[in-house]
Amino acid sequence: MESLLRVATAGSVDDGKSTLVGRLLHDAKAVFADQLAAVEHASRRRGYDEADLALLVDGLRAEREQGITIDVAYRYFATPRRTFVLADTPGHIQYTRNMVTGASTADVAIVLVDARKGLVEQSRRHATIAALLRVRHVVLAVNKMDLVGFAEEVFDEILADFAALAERRSVRSWSAVPISALLGDNVVDRSAATPWYAGPPLLEHLETLDIQENRELPAEDAAGEAAAEDEVRFPVQLVIRPRRHGYADFRGYAGRVEAGTLRPGTPVTVLPSGQASTVAAIDTADGPLAEAGAGRSVVVRLADDVDVSRGDLLVAGRPPSVTRELAVTVCWLAEEPLRPGGRYRIRHTTREVRAVVEPRTRLDVSTSDSAPTDTLALNDIGQVLLRTAEPLVVDPYSRHRATGALLIVDETSGATVAAGMVEGAR
Amino acid sequence: MTVSVDTPTVDRADSLTCLEDESVHILREVVATFQRPVLLFSGGKDSIVMLRLAEKAFWPGRIPFPVMHIDTGHNFPEVVEFRDRRVTELGVELVVASVQESIDTGRVRELPGSSRNPLQTVTLLDAIAAHRFDAVLGGARRDEEKARAKERVFSVRDELGQWDPRNQRPELWGLYNGRHRPGEHLRIFPLSNWTELDVWGYIRREGIEVPSIYYAHRREVVQRDGMLIAVTPFTPPEPGEPVRTETVRYRTVGDATCTGAVRSDAASLDDIVAEVAITRLTERGATRADDRASEAAMEDRKREGYF
Ligand SMILES: Nc1nc2c(ncn2[C@@H]2O[C@H](COP(=O)(O)OP(=O)(O)O)[C@@H](O)[C@H]2O)c(=O)[nH]1
Repeated sequence: MESLLRVATAGSVDDGKSTLVGRLLHDAKAVFADQLAAVEHASRRRGYDEADLALLVDGLRAEREQGITIDVAYRYFATPRRTFVLADTPGHIQYTRNMVTGASTADVAIVLVDARKGLVEQSRRHATIAALLRVRHVVLAVNKMDLVGFAEEVFDEILADFAALAERRSVRSWSAVPISALLGDNVVDRSAATPWYAGPPLLEHLETLDIQENRELPAEDAAGEAAAEDEVRFPVQLVIRPRRHGYADFRGYAGRVEAGTLRPGTPVTVLPSGQASTVAAIDTADGPLAEAGAGRSVVVRLADDVDVSRGDLLVAGRPPSVTRELAVTVCWLAEEPLRPGGRYRIRHTTREVRAVVEPRTRLDVSTSDSAPTDTLALNDIGQVLLRTAEPLVVDPYSRHRATGALLIVDETSGATVAAGMVEGAR
Repeated sequence: MTVSVDTPTVDRADSLTCLEDESVHILREVVATFQRPVLLFSGGKDSIVMLRLAEKAFWPGRIPFPVMHIDTGHNFPEVVEFRDRRVTELGVELVVASVQESIDTGRVRELPGSSRNPLQTVTLLDAIAAHRFDAVLGGARRDEEKARAKERVFSVRDELGQWDPRNQRPELWGLYNGRHRPGEHLRIFPLSNWTELDVWGYIRREGIEVPSIYYAHRREVVQRDGMLIAVTPFTPPEPGEPVRTETVRYRTVGDATCTGAVRSDAASLDDIVAEVAITRLTERGATRADDRASEAAMEDRKREGYF
């Protein structure tokens, strides 16, 4: 079980995300005395009866004034069992791009719903985004149970609704907890008001969740998970050639192992060029390594004098696709809609290339139907076809996140206009 | 200082390696994609960790960018001595941008009785423009303060150096977009996901030297606004203010006029890690007068272009 868990909260505005995060931090004793004093003072000044724990996370003036969350806030806390990074994301549709930011690195998404309202369009959108981003586990937190008399039927009905959505969106791993963020029921301590609920309170659930990488393996891949583990993906960030005495002939490739494990002797292919070589050594400032697994930042030296530069990928195992045409699912994140034929750049691994973006379909979040479209607008989810000026080396996002994820960047403004997940090469 | 009984028992050694790997990745992206990066170096613990990470990221090459100190002139001598020695050891170029100079040339006006801390913004922005830096690496962490908790790793600043927190660029996965228009620059925060405890855990693990004022020592202090302020040439005791000698250490190192000390017996890195693990006060709440000014003090300074 991982010792660090990245959690993102999601759900519609006013469903109680900030209150829940405040409650979690407070009850897990992760709030410092001066922070609490500041919140109590601010609450009193605003004329509130009780300390508004949402003020702990709403870090911007505009957020506190409007009582809404605009941008994702990151919080760090530890319990005796686990360390948590909590991304509190905004619920308002206008700020969906910030929810996507928070969810993109999360292992677990908590989707909050108001027990009185059930799943609204924004809860469906967030669950859909969590599914597209392949967040590994979704917790449905049915909040404000105090306002429905902690009724089991209400919880069950929302559960059934969510089960149907999870099925359609291929959310494979999920669970549900009835809570009151305001009063604390089933947040840190088990509630006496929900005797019909047999599961753990939310925090304990997060502490004990064993999240598996739910990677999609092709059916013909009989060896299953083991085969994926052997697939090495190492995007080269920089070539290191020190102008320094004692290192005259040193030529190493700095980067992070994004998938698989590299060892001296591992045969690798440089893509897109296709040249073959072998890992001669894995160096770090702390000395050479016998192996470097996913996540490690290292310097790789190769046995042969091959041509490698930033943007190249060292790969081993089942090869990725080298392509200039790819089908991509995107979340459109910019005010300005997709301009077919517009000038965009694609940021993928450590590579950046020009591309033409052709809209294909748009997803209706409430009905889950896709229909053909000739543009995509802010917060739309849809499919596009990318034609790139130079080849990209890609895997389906479902197989490898790092080689399946990309950004679409507006060439003129430099803004990130869309998040893309590769479905496959064309 | 009150003590909580549930101190984290999670093994953080593993998470320190994860944090180091992430920061090294970010530093390399910066060098690969910007023309003129610079690393802000104050001699404080966060910037010391940043320098170590930069050393590692480009090893066996040298650190491929200069470091810059925004000097308020109100320094702890131990820190300046440390800064100069470290820079010499590493063979990096040091740029010092002086707030005194900004005052002398009329770029800013010093208000009697208030700290020079906010004036640093003008000096910083002037230096960024003069040196045409396009990426400014800072050691700020999201756990420091609630406005900082909202900050991206790659954070765009407009031509006036301003931060627009309501309109930040989406930042997904580990894909950092540093594109910007001429005149704009990016602030880069490789320590975004580190906590104060992580910083000290890392300093201990790596055996990194830090200025002596981080360790408990005897010092003449006055009690002011609920903080312990060292008696220095810039912060003389006010008339009638009692001066006491106390055993203190610093949790943050900044402008001497607005940085407070905390009572502490922590004389070693082990002691400091143990102390930070159970503290019930944030480092800024405990030691920074500038952040106590209002609920939005940090946000307001950041909007204008502060670190
Ligand atoms: N009765 C009740 N009210 C709640 C609960 N959780 C949140 N609220 C209230 O719902 C409102 C919106 O909560 P907030 O946390 O700001 O929602 P956010 O927009 O999702 O961050 C506030 O007035 C909260 O006090 C709950 O469990 N029960």
